[in-house]
Amino acid sequence: MSDLLNVSSGPHVRSKYTTAKIMAIVLLALMPAAGYGIYHFGVNAAILIVVSIVTCVLTELVYELVTKQDITVFDLSAAVTGLLLGLNMPPTADWWLPVIGGIFAIVFVKMLFGGLGQNFMNPALGGRCFLVICFAARMTNFNYDGVTSATPLMLLKTGNAVNVRDMIFGNIPGTIGETSVIAIVAGACLMLCFGIIDLRIPASYLISFVIFMGLFSGRGWDIPYLTAQLAGGGLMLGAFFMATDYATCPITNNGRILYGICLGLMTGVFRCFSSTAEGVSFAILFCNLLVPLIEKLTLPKCFGKGGEI
Amino acid sequence: MAGFTFKGGVHPYEGKELSKDKPIKRFIPEGDLVFPLSQHIGAPAKPVVSKGDTVLAGQLIAEAEGFVSANIYSSVSGTVKSIDKHRVATGDMVNSITITSDGNFTAAPRLDIGDIADMSRQEVIDGIRLAGIVGMGGAGFPTHVKLSPKDPDKIYYCIVNCSECEPYLTSDYRRMMEEPEKLVAGLKIILCLFEHAEGILAVEDNKPDCIRKLKELVIDEKRITVKPLKTKYPQGAERQLIYATTKRAINSSMLPADAGCVVNNVDTVVSIYHAIIEKRPLTERIVTVTGDAVVEPQNYLVPIGTSYKQLIEASGGFKSTPEKIISGGPMMGFAMFDLDVPIIKTSSAITCFLKDDVAGCKPTNCINCGRCAEVCPGRVIPARLADYAEAGDEERFLEYNGMECCECGCCSYICPAKRQLTQSIKTMRKLLLAKKKKK
Repeated sequence: MSDLLNVSSGPHVRSKYTTAKIMAIVLLALMPAAGYGIYHFGVNAAILIVVSIVTCVLTELVYELVTKQDITVFDLSAAVTGLLLGLNMPPTADWWLPVIGGIFAIVFVKMLFGGLGQNFMNPALGGRCFLVICFAARMTNFNYDGVTSATPLMLLKTGNAVNVRDMIFGNIPGTIGETSVIAIVAGACLMLCFGIIDLRIPASYLISFVIFMGLFSGRGWDIPYLTAQLAGGGLMLGAFFMATDYATCPITNNGRILYGICLGLMTGVFRCFSSTAEGVSFAILFCNLLVPLIEKLTLPKCFGKGGEI
Repeated sequence: MAGFTFKGGVHPYEGKELSKDKPIKRFIPEGDLVFPLSQHIGAPAKPVVSKGDTVLAGQLIAEAEGFVSANIYSSVSGTVKSIDKHRVATGDMVNSITITSDGNFTAAPRLDIGDIADMSRQEVIDGIRLAGIVGMGGAGFPTHVKLSPKDPDKIYYCIVNCSECEPYLTSDYRRMMEEPEKLVAGLKIILCLFEHAEGILAVEDNKPDCIRKLKELVIDEKRITVKPLKTKYPQGAERQLIYATTKRAINSSMLPADAGCVVNNVDTVVSIYHAIIEKRPLTERIVTVTGDAVVEPQNYLVPIGTSYKQLIEASGGFKSTPEKIISGGPMMGFAMFDLDVPIIKTSSAITCFLKDDVAGCKPTNCINCGRCAEVCPGRVIPARLADYAEAGDEERFLEYNGMECCECGCCSYICPAKRQLTQSIKTMRKLLLAKKKKK
């Protein structure tokens, strides 16, 4: 009988949480934003999202087959990357743009560094920024209602007025998934309820961003302006879905707050002082690089040495 | 009920309903009983009987070798069959005395311990030492050592760990339900040793009937309070328990006495009562036989030395072939590959599972989610520690407070990537502790 008994070091039970379950909840939480994007922008948005997801999953699968590694596509992390990349596409983009972006994101940002959890940059944002640099015109062409139009952030930059209500509902030009604050926050609430993310990063990000803009934008504490800044561009999507990416944020609790503050400051710097209106993607990528440093600075105190409180 | 608690911890499936309502049954062993000479932390005991000797139940068969060691008594009457190596629950081969029971349980004379009313502090401690009492919660630290801190006047809390936070275990629960007066009497003996101390009975709030019973019992005891704790694993870990009840925190380089505390487990305190009041040495303990593989889960009062095999047979055997058998509970217990091992002073349970939860879990990449750090009662970052342990990076392991890990298993339990966090960290800690010892 003794041959049949399993022997291993304790603990001998495990929680029901798995990586795949976490990723599935993230996918679910992105559904309101994706759904609204498709409803708002039409069929091409749906095509871009699907192409992006399929590309990312297939790329990971092929890469793992070629390099003879374990197949990990069923952990759904590639699907999350694909969906996020899709949501970051302009609604009128050509179908091959997310293909290039997806391949870059999976191969160069994720797999070459060791796959899930080993990447130091958010793959979806890496892919998006690669596209923005290579295909600047196509990636910033926001064709809305048949005409090429400026996003509210561009209007703000040039000193024009914007309709804040439309921005909150999402009735504005922009990338597929970023326009509706309501849809994004609904998804974020789902993640908060399931304990997938906590408020440390999004809250410290948004608060520090508002403070920075209030101090340095030159518009002072103008509430409609600050609200428009919060609701505009990729800030909401970035704060709740990209900055909170486990692999590329600090693991320490205080580190997560510090990371959020860095993000708020960097986004503020880009939006106030750079030539482009948007800055969330680059701010997140830049702060991804600070993560090891932030973690080192915020090493928690252990129990019995002050960490118990 | 607002329970006292600590930061971190997990809520694994409790499984206590399997055996919690089964009254304690006395188990009568047959045939050979095995008494390992090392059932405690410290030096192994030295045999004082030899092969062929006749022994009585409650007779000293091995005596403590030095201060940090413990006496061992036979739990049956019979003949010494052999003194050689025998396997114990952890898998090690330990020098043991095997006694063939004659089935009569002829009792040896009671211990030579005076009346509690005329005993000095030191005499009480000597009595506890004589009875061979060790921490019966699992660690097996000799109790007389614990009760001899440098400065007894600076002990302010005598805590009884009644939390029983380990899933599936119900031995302490049954003891508290059936013999709570012995527990309180045992605690009063400990309180005699420490003038300035208050006694705390710390019970998890998943045992409201226990809390009620103990509260009624101590209603007139000025020095004893019952503190309900939040139900959470590892509420009964020594450092966490001290913090939950007193808000004093100690780290790995300190002893409970440094925070003015002495912590003892339920069965240990009851054994102190047996020793000092009834003059009986430690020869039996309560063992829970449980798990979904056992036909009839039970709580037994078992003579030490009884084989696990006999206990399983007494519980109706297995429903079908179990995949995993654990000495202790599922969080901190040891998986066993052989049932022919004896119950020792620290064996609290035998848990048998039809399915091994862990076998189907393949470790995957860490996703850096931080859940391990969130639940870690030691407030360290298990994900990083495991990385350093796996890479053999001792320096960084220490820098990240690796020695503050209490090996409770919360991180491995919660990890969505199913990493072997506790296991890696444990291995590294053992290595470093061995190194430190060498120096």
